[in-house]
Amino acid sequence: MTAPKTLYDKIWDDHVADEADDGTCLLYIDRHLVHEVTSPQAFEGLRMAGRSVRAPDKTIAVPDHNVPTTLDRAKGIDNEESRVQVEALDQNARDFGIHYYPVSDVRQGIVHIVGPEQGWTLPGMTVVCGDSHTATHGAFGSLAHGIGTSEVEHVLATQTLIQKKSKNMKVEITGKLKPGVTAKDITLSVIGETGTAGGTGYVIEYCGQAIRDLSIEGRMTVCNMAIEGGARAGLIAPDEKTFDYCKGRPHAPKGADWDSAMAYWAGLYTDEGAHFDKVVTIRGEDIAPVVTWGTSPEDVLPITATVPRPSDFAGGKVGAVERALEYMGLEAGKPLSEIEIDTVFIGSCTNGRIEDLRAAAGILKGKKIKDGLRAMIVPGSGLVRAQAEEEGLAAIFKEAGFEWRLAGCSMCLAMNPDQLAPGERCAATSNRNFEGRQGRGGRTHLMSPEMAAAAAITGRLTDVREML
Amino acid sequence: MMEKFEKISGIAAPMPLINIDTDMIIPKQFLKTIKRSGLGVNLFDEMRYDDNGDEIPDFVLNKPAYRSSEIIVAGDNFGCGSSREHAPWAIKDFGIRCVIAPAFADIFYNNCFKNGILPITLPQDQVDVLMKDAEKGANARMEVDLVAQQITTSDGEVFSFEVDEFKKRCLLEGLDDIGQTFQKVAAIDSFEAKASDARPWV
Repeated sequence: MTAPKTLYDKIWDDHVADEADDGTCLLYIDRHLVHEVTSPQAFEGLRMAGRSVRAPDKTIAVPDHNVPTTLDRAKGIDNEESRVQVEALDQNARDFGIHYYPVSDVRQGIVHIVGPEQGWTLPGMTVVCGDSHTATHGAFGSLAHGIGTSEVEHVLATQTLIQKKSKNMKVEITGKLKPGVTAKDITLSVIGETGTAGGTGYVIEYCGQAIRDLSIEGRMTVCNMAIEGGARAGLIAPDEKTFDYCKGRPHAPKGADWDSAMAYWAGLYTDEGAHFDKVVTIRGEDIAPVVTWGTSPEDVLPITATVPRPSDFAGGKVGAVERALEYMGLEAGKPLSEIEIDTVFIGSCTNGRIEDLRAAAGILKGKKIKDGLRAMIVPGSGLVRAQAEEEGLAAIFKEAGFEWRLAGCSMCLAMNPDQLAPGERCAATSNRNFEGRQGRGGRTHLMSPEMAAAAAITGRLTDVREML
Repeated sequence: MMEKFEKISGIAAPMPLINIDTDMIIPKQFLKTIKRSGLGVNLFDEMRYDDNGDEIPDFVLNKPAYRSSEIIVAGDNFGCGSSREHAPWAIKDFGIRCVIAPAFADIFYNNCFKNGILPITLPQDQVDVLMKDAEKGANARMEVDLVAQQITTSDGEVFSFEVDEFKKRCLLEGLDDIGQTFQKVAAIDSFEAKASDARPWV
């Protein structure tokens, strides 16, 4: 009898192409996603060495970080460096014969939204991308993680990665979520509990009733931020919801292939009694709508709390909190719900999918944003945008006073013109609140789409439960 | 060929802040390059320069004693955040060859080894000793010996460190990963053939 295995063990074992005596493996990669920022040097490396892409049919590229999201983007990109980077991807996709969704294609969008939407991401696969939020694809029960540009080049050339196996960590969310509590609150609360380095060296499997109850899109939100907890990857065992989501997508298997895929996918779960090196359990009922108050994703508190004091912490965190409060312009003891904002950003690979937009629209319907506020909604892909228009969500957003943008990463990392000015404060559905992340001197509070919509109405961080 | 790393002796800059993220190491406006070189001038850009682009004198790498640092001694969880390899490219381009911290974020840690940079993980109490040594400034040179896996402070105190054997060999010999993997192409071919039978939909 073989020892019981975790889901991660199973996917790992099925992808080891070579193992050296010291445990260093060549892990075979099923899907390689590529965007314009972390790939030009990799393609240049291939050219210099006279190498080709080993598996162009498993390589999918889309520009997302630099692209303008304003409605006039067909006129081109003003910033020369950004334009050169996007043009380099256009050229590299052509030269190396990989699948490509250019800016002009309605299917263009954030790489981590496009992959699942087009059926490239499937259960049991290994998925990599030169982007830390590749963890998103773990929602399908695939092993997905971010890599650096040297590794992008390595995968392009060899379709493998040099890896050693990580340890197994289980994060179980038991019970049921209360009204107003979302996948975003789960993932932020986990990081609040474990810290941004709590997952370092591990692959996390999220499980428990509250995870099972989430939609596939909610599961993507949870896995997306596994990297913010330091983990190499986060994944969730596939189930009927996963298979229903995949079925019929353009690149999902069809006919007999679908049947044999389903037979294989049925084995993608953690065996009874499999060993986890670390276990974290959180009661779903204990999770509240949360926001971040500092400059690390671990700086998480329920919206009903107050800004903490540096002396509430220990070790190196004391100095870090002093610095964070100064950067954020916050005084200890202030209720979080009294923090006024001037910008709202709804979008990103964390919360830029159709269900996120429906959730925001549910709060915003028939309401207006606070006078003087800048608010934008940036759908995660052209197809999400089209669907939101068809469902009447776009009309709700525009009526409320939101800008309704084209797809891209936008203000999540502010590589395009969508940026905060110094001192501006933003309620954001993205994934990082680092210093300068949304623009030099900009102040970011992370939260769910529902909470960001509520903040847009009142002009301050707001408990969405008051509006339900 | 990657630049080899055997032994260095240099000035160590103390950066005790925890959670130094890759957005701090190299902000996004510098990710628009299509080259690997030239990022050193923008290393820690928003901590290093003010709004007018002038140097902030208090920032450690702007102090005369630390302008030619080759080592950084840092707080916990160094390099967290984005996968951008621009972070190690900027560090290397500035002239830093070694970062010592209680822990590193996974992707950053791997990226260092691809670029001739040695990241060293040590327990907090040992990092604290090295931090104190680094605070002595330009007169205190720290030695990092990868062959012996030892750090020697300016006072002669010695700390041993662990490093993965494969990664160590790559750094010592300046080996290119892709070249090494190509030597195993037969294994990849045979895996691919087997996998496409077992999972034809992939």
